[in-house]
Amino acid sequence: MRSVEKTGRTKEEAVRAALKELGVGLDEVKVEVLENENRSGFLGMFQVKQVRVRVSVVEDVGKVAARFLREILVGLGVAARVEILRRPDQIVLNVNGADLGVLIGRHGQTLDAIQFLVGLVANRGAEEKKRIVIDVQGYRRRHEESLRRLALRMAERVRHERKKAVLAPMNPADRRIIHLTLQGQKEVFTYSEGQEPFRRVVISPQEKAE
Amino acid sequence: MTIARALVDLPEAVEVRTVEGPHGRVLYEIKVDERDVGKIIGRQGRVINAIRTVAKARALRDGKKKITVELAE
Repeated sequence: MRSVEKTGRTKEEAVRAALKELGVGLDEVKVEVLENENRSGFLGMFQVKQVRVRVSVVEDVGKVAARFLREILVGLGVAARVEILRRPDQIVLNVNGADLGVLIGRHGQTLDAIQFLVGLVANRGAEEKKRIVIDVQGYRRRHEESLRRLALRMAERVRHERKKAVLAPMNPADRRIIHLTLQGQKEVFTYSEGQEPFRRVVISPQEKAE
Repeated sequence: MTIARALVDLPEAVEVRTVEGPHGRVLYEIKVDERDVGKIIGRQGRVINAIRTVAKARALRDGKKKITVELAE
């Protein structure tokens, strides 16, 4: 993280000098006051006020994420474009290009690994952690839709047969989609059971006993 | 794989050695500063496993058969 320390008679003055040197705006930095003291000057006849600040450039999580993702793509020998979409609760990086199957992998395994690494790098040192989601050619969206359809179909069956249904093991993100999809549904309840990585969602006509 | 470099505190200390074996085998040996070992492994090995998965994708593309990613002591 780039940062400079500056001294001035007022905080504003010190910050202004720092911004000039860094060549960035006030909205792109974090300001810490290191020293703020009234020093008695020559023979105590006048007071010299000195404020010392450290101004650090705060890098945008989305930009850091996109940059690192592009590096991975280059490393994998994949030519693709990365588009950043900012949502209130997450940052979505859309990857578009030809022949991107290698990025997805079996059951989206590679995509999940890349997403995990990018999230880690982008949030390193960030004060506010942001969820990073990486999508390739709409793969996640389609996958999410198929999970939702599965959830609704199984819920219908549970309601009909009055018997609980145990789904296949899924990763936390996929389970979350199932739970959220059925949250408002009448007559069915969902919970997870088992240990990772074999944890599975149970759709039940009753609330979880025990 | 320079992915490792972005994950650690001391990127200058990162070295990756590639050893090509017979039958399309490749070994990537990652060396990091000892203070960064925990970072590169992650909780329950999540980080190193994610690196392995991405390395495998790369191997698939290069037509290599077996790829191993190990941390050098």
